[in-house]
Amino acid sequence: MKISKLYIGLLGVALVAPFVMYPVLLMKILCFALFACAFNLLLGFVGLLSFGHAVFLGTGGYVTGYLMMNTGLTPELGILGGTVAAALLGAIYGKLSVKREGIYFAMVTLALAQLMFFVFLQAPFTGGEDGMQGIPRGYLFGLIDLSDNLNMYYFVLAVFLFGFWLINRTVHSPFGQVLKAIRENEPRATSLGYNVNDYKWVAFIISAALSGLAGSTKTLVFQLASLTDVHWHMSGEVVLMTLLGGMGTIFGPLVGAAAVVGLQNFLSGGELGNYVHIIMGLIFIVCVLAFRGGIVGEIQKIVKRNFG
Amino acid sequence: MSADYVLETQNLIKEFKGFTAVDDVSLKIQRGHIHALIGPNGAGKTTVFNLLTKFLTPTSGKILFNGNDITSMKSAAIARRGVVRSFQISAVFPHLSVLENVRVALQRKEGNSFHFWKSDKVLNRLDDRAVELLESVGLGDFAGAKTVDLSYGRKRALEIATTLALEPELMLLDEPTQGMGHEDVDVVADLIKRVSKDRTILMVEHNLHVVSKLADQITVLQRGAVLTEGDYESVSADPRVQEAYLGVAADEVQA
Repeated sequence: MKISKLYIGLLGVALVAPFVMYPVLLMKILCFALFACAFNLLLGFVGLLSFGHAVFLGTGGYVTGYLMMNTGLTPELGILGGTVAAALLGAIYGKLSVKREGIYFAMVTLALAQLMFFVFLQAPFTGGEDGMQGIPRGYLFGLIDLSDNLNMYYFVLAVFLFGFWLINRTVHSPFGQVLKAIRENEPRATSLGYNVNDYKWVAFIISAALSGLAGSTKTLVFQLASLTDVHWHMSGEVVLMTLLGGMGTIFGPLVGAAAVVGLQNFLSGGELGNYVHIIMGLIFIVCVLAFRGGIVGEIQKIVKRNFG
Repeated sequence: MSADYVLETQNLIKEFKGFTAVDDVSLKIQRGHIHALIGPNGAGKTTVFNLLTKFLTPTSGKILFNGNDITSMKSAAIARRGVVRSFQISAVFPHLSVLENVRVALQRKEGNSFHFWKSDKVLNRLDDRAVELLESVGLGDFAGAKTVDLSYGRKRALEIATTLALEPELMLLDEPTQGMGHEDVDVVADLIKRVSKDRTILMVEHNLHVVSKLADQITVLQRGAVLTEGDYESVSADPRVQEAYLGVAADEVQA
């Protein structure tokens, strides 16, 4: 009951937000929030730290960008194409990486992601260092003009809500129950007869697909697909968002993404613009040393202690 | 021909870089028995367990389950066949509730474990059976508790309930009473006795009191090889066993 009130309240805020704040910033937050939520599905609920998740964000973005520029597809199909491409790449990369554990898993995902980084750098259709620019947003279902920021915002919000719902459902599904068991005690899950690698693989694909969805949507928002999205900096940033917000919580990545994107936006405008990376680094250190649960994790602890 | 034996190993060998941890072990586990595997520290008992459940791959030798060769099968597949193991360190899912621990085991046969688009409410129909299992190990009142808050003895009981949920033909228990106070030891020993009805159990156990109380058949391992086999009386009377345990020559003990 309390939770559903919270959801309705947040939805209300999301609906009126573009009249108070700049819609493009809000869309950026939503795209990164979806990306972080997808990443958190692996880190928080399976215990797998991928260090190459940017590759799925970027692949979704490039494929959608290519489709929108060259085929004249409607935006929802362009996004679907980008998502499917990320899912396929996730299926291959997942198969190769879920056999490894801990730091080895992180290293394998990083290496595989770097591989694609060079593909996108060299391939003729990506525009190399320049990226793809001036990607048209098009007409949703051929009807609604997305070049209007307000229309675009509600479309992005709908995409985000779908992704958020799917992650939430996955976490609270029979499948999610097995994932939690694997995270808690992998050998025991095996001894109960579960092929743990298969479960990790499916989780990896879902996470990759939703990261691709986030990247595809982001490409339409900024009408740009660039190397920034496949760079390992981006993989690091999503780790920061998730940890800062609170890994393994439903709302943590959303809060973390909003905090990081908001802060970057705020700092880049002022005199501190040159120090963005240093400030983000400091925040990361403080977070890891002082409040491991992240923002949402710590709030949950306080609520539990005082009202639970 | 092997209908009497649930599990058989033939000349099982496991070598780690120049060190033979399990040396030519041939076991026969009779159906319906509680079979204990004992031996001094480092005798290779846990390694044998890991080989039987394929957490390790044997260097050579064969493992037969109900007469079928399972040597090349994977861990999870062996578990699905009905050979379910426990671990030395209690194997529970600490941050799931007690009920959920058992339900995860029951869930496997439902065939919906990959259904990420369904609500986990579909699992609620397993609750009655899960509570039944918890009651059978004396944990009926703890169904809603978080597993991490349980006492050590209760975690082991929960582990047994979870294993029972799979209705295994053969249960492998790795030191079920390790690290327990003697009250808990008796509780768990009684529990094992009770659940051994209609099934076969192979257990590694250090506590000879428990072994004497439960085991129908005992195999003594020393330095990876089988030293002797038999019931408790004959094994405990064997001078070589006394030597292995006490580290002195048998005649000195008798003197």
